[in-house]
Amino acid sequence: MPNLLLSSAEKVFILHGVNDDYRSDGRSNMDYRPMELETDVVSHASGSARLRLANTDILVGVKTEIDVPKPDKPNLGKIEFFVDCSANATPEFEGRGGEQLANSIANLMQRAYHSSQAFDLKQLSILEGKQFKGALFNTRIPLVKAVLMDGGNVDLQLSDDPYDSKLLDVTLCKIGEKCVVDPSAEEESCSAVSLIVGVTGNPRHYSTEALDAVPEGGKCSTIAINGPGSVAQPTLKDAIKQGM
Amino acid sequence: MDIHGSEFYRNIRLASDRVNHSVASTTDLPRFYMPGEVITGMQDFMRGHGTSTVGDNLVSSVAGVLQKVNKLICVQPVRSRYVGEIGDVVVGRVVEVQQRRWKIETNSRLDSILQLSAVNLPGGELRRRSAEDAQLMRKHLQEGDLISAEVQSVFHDGSLSLHTRSLKYGKLTQGTLVKVFPSFIQRRKNHFHNLPCGISVIIGNNGYIWISPLHQNIMIEENKEEIQNDELQPVSRADRETMSRVKNCIAALVASDVKLDATSINFAYEESLKYESVKEFLEPEAMLDVAFLTQHRIKSFMEGYFECFILKTFS
Repeated sequence: MPNLLLSSAEKVFILHGVNDDYRSDGRSNMDYRPMELETDVVSHASGSARLRLANTDILVGVKTEIDVPKPDKPNLGKIEFFVDCSANATPEFEGRGGEQLANSIANLMQRAYHSSQAFDLKQLSILEGKQFKGALFNTRIPLVKAVLMDGGNVDLQLSDDPYDSKLLDVTLCKIGEKCVVDPSAEEESCSAVSLIVGVTGNPRHYSTEALDAVPEGGKCSTIAINGPGSVAQPTLKDAIKQGM
Repeated sequence: MDIHGSEFYRNIRLASDRVNHSVASTTDLPRFYMPGEVITGMQDFMRGHGTSTVGDNLVSSVAGVLQKVNKLICVQPVRSRYVGEIGDVVVGRVVEVQQRRWKIETNSRLDSILQLSAVNLPGGELRRRSAEDAQLMRKHLQEGDLISAEVQSVFHDGSLSLHTRSLKYGKLTQGTLVKVFPSFIQRRKNHFHNLPCGISVIIGNNGYIWISPLHQNIMIEENKEEIQNDELQPVSRADRETMSRVKNCIAALVASDVKLDATSINFAYEESLKYESVKEFLEPEAMLDVAFLTQHRIKSFMEGYFECFILKTFS
């Protein structure tokens, strides 16, 4: 919330807290608030999930269709994202107010899933050159802090298991010298710049193979910067590492 | 740190496991009225705040609990903005500096006003406010600053006029603000508390609660320089931990609809000590546990108090 006023002393307090790795509700810089996940909430979608974190509420639906692929990529399926910001979240989203934010998130998601290492579009193709399945439809309600996407699997079933997440966007807010995940509104107003890092899930968490056979650690598939501030190179590297 | 580790996922729970935060037993729950619900027929009752007449019936116009004083029936809304009364302690934020007055956001329907003539100016002596003072207003309080103040008067439109003409009121420095609904605040004689755990809280009647380290209350205008330095001093880790614990205690009590005053916050703090790390106690189960234990202690405390009272009166 950009219009949130804070006094300088409060900002100093938050800043010192972040430096100390101890925030005002007892979390460290890398702790999230408790989240709540619900699956299969939309009956029309092939798979859907709803994630709630404090005042953020995200509804994601995956819809699949059989379509003809692009002529230049006959063996690949395609994913499309659509984001909508509900005006129930804030009056600013009324009319076309949330459109800019929605488009930027949709583009970001598109970019995050662009790499074949993040999400293999080959999985979606049924008959090479002829048809493919897959259109991801993503609906989102208020201000984004972290978007969790359940990858649309080939068999199009979303399990109840949150460990299944394949790609994750982590938003880091730079406050002072350090970066923070899941900032509260007050903390957000202290930071001039935030960094969104798209990370592929740690294969260990959803692979069926033996643990030793799978490499550990995710890969970074996208980076985006928000806000008027700037990020120095070493901070950027640290932040990306932190995000992963 | 690896966020894909189990620690990250422990934070995600399923909606089916959602915790019911209610701690009140069903017997002592007051009757809750919904908007439009018929309270009574109109026969010799007086229509108070939060009610209206439809036909021959008195109906509630807000969602809340009934309050009856003789023939006067009011419904007090559970969620509302702050309705000020003279003498209330409030915590507010400066949103605008105007001609010889500040506009203060106090969670009421209209912004409150702090006149230049209603503040203690540096130096302390009482004098007429000169044009110079008016020009230096932003030096005293600027946009975004938090203050504690007292309601001096209520204008006819319901907006409030505040004053800070006492050493206990004035600008707040380092600390955190917690916002709750004003109906959660228990009215007490004193709203400034130094808790035994070593921090101070200001429980504003308007639902804004200010949590700060203890030392900042010694605010004497003479050592203004010192205060300015103090503003930038980092708060110690121990203080920070206690403050966040108190903050989470308040969140737990509010989630379970327990009224807030120094006693309930203190009890909740003591009950929460069994959770070693403060963030553990952001989990809904832990919040409910603390609120439940607190409610229980308040109840037995009140019963003990009543017994004493009865013994004293009737013996």
